[in-house]
Amino acid sequence: MAVISVKTVFEKINLEPISAIAEVRRPVLGGYASDLLSCAMRGAKKDFLWVTLQSHINVVAIASLLNLAGVIITEGNRPAPEVVTQAEKEKVILLLSPANTFSIVGQLTALGIPGE
Amino acid sequence: MNEDNPFDHDRLRLFKADLHIHTVLSGCAEIEMIPSLILWQAEKKGLNLIAVTDHNACHNAEAVMEAAMGTNIHVLPGMELQSREEVHLLCLFDAVETCKEWQEKVFQKLPPMVNREKLFGPQYVVNAAGEWLWTEERLLATSADMTLEEIVDQVASLGGVTIPAHVDRPSFSLLSNLGLVPEVFSHGPLEVTSFFNPQTGCQQWPQLRNRCLIVNGDAHRLQEIQNRTTFKMTHPLIREMVMAFQGQQGRQVMVEWSKN
Repeated sequence: MAVISVKTVFEKINLEPISAIAEVRRPVLGGYASDLLSCAMRGAKKDFLWVTLQSHINVVAIASLLNLAGVIITEGNRPAPEVVTQAEKEKVILLLSPANTFSIVGQLTALGIPGE
Repeated sequence: MNEDNPFDHDRLRLFKADLHIHTVLSGCAEIEMIPSLILWQAEKKGLNLIAVTDHNACHNAEAVMEAAMGTNIHVLPGMELQSREEVHLLCLFDAVETCKEWQEKVFQKLPPMVNREKLFGPQYVVNAAGEWLWTEERLLATSADMTLEEIVDQVASLGGVTIPAHVDRPSFSLLSNLGLVPEVFSHGPLEVTSFFNPQTGCQQWPQLRNRCLIVNGDAHRLQEIQNRTTFKMTHPLIREMVMAFQGQQGRQVMVEWSKN
């Protein structure tokens, strides 16, 4: 399976990119889903997409810390403007979806993105 | 605190309080959050009781207590602890030694990660004059591997009190993370943010009806310090506060809601 980019992911499953658009060609090597940030710190890896409904500033901090491919924020949650600004600064790609985490993870799996 | 008149030591007095204040030890707090300025702002707000509650640590509590000597502001040492469930809890104590003892236990349960200042902000330890002493390198902005129940039990066994923080916030709070108030907090106080409106709030969260709610600032900058919660009690002690939360023997908690 060829490695796909963040851009391919959001085009195929209809996500709304809202920050660090210049980075969208970066590869996606895996996925991780949890709403607990301490779990994401342990479970998400470099170049993974992290799926969560959390949208506060620490999400950006963790995505930057782990050098994630991006964060998919589900259930229509929209981060505050200062969160988007910080994501822009840290080159963290935030992608929004009205769908819930379960649906998004299913679609990522269908694209061949592994979980471990 | 002034010495009490020995003939009048059980008189009920009013303590205007903000029990959730961060200092420069919290990475997310502004650099202005040093002892002298916190006390200056507290005095301006008419407070005579405050608690120092940094994330998962209490290195600066003693400095604020020291800076408050000779003022009429009483300072409680404490911390804002993040549980395994990512719920923020205020842990308050009477004595700084007890609070340090608690911090030792908490540090054993924190992951040994290094703070990244660029992402989480610097964690400065200062003296009473606000001068820099050292920088805490350990990452404090994360969860201690302790459950809510463990925390409540252990804090109580040290003579402290645990209060769930900003329960109306959409993250790091009892209601957002657990969806309901667990048994261990079925009595006792809950903290709400300064944005909480009791009418609409209790419609949104029926479980907050008939609960003892207190408003604190969760101040990360001076202007966020609040003066809307008043305790009626004899002394600024945890045991008196606990009686006030339960409305026992004339002790009580009064909250001014009208500022919303």
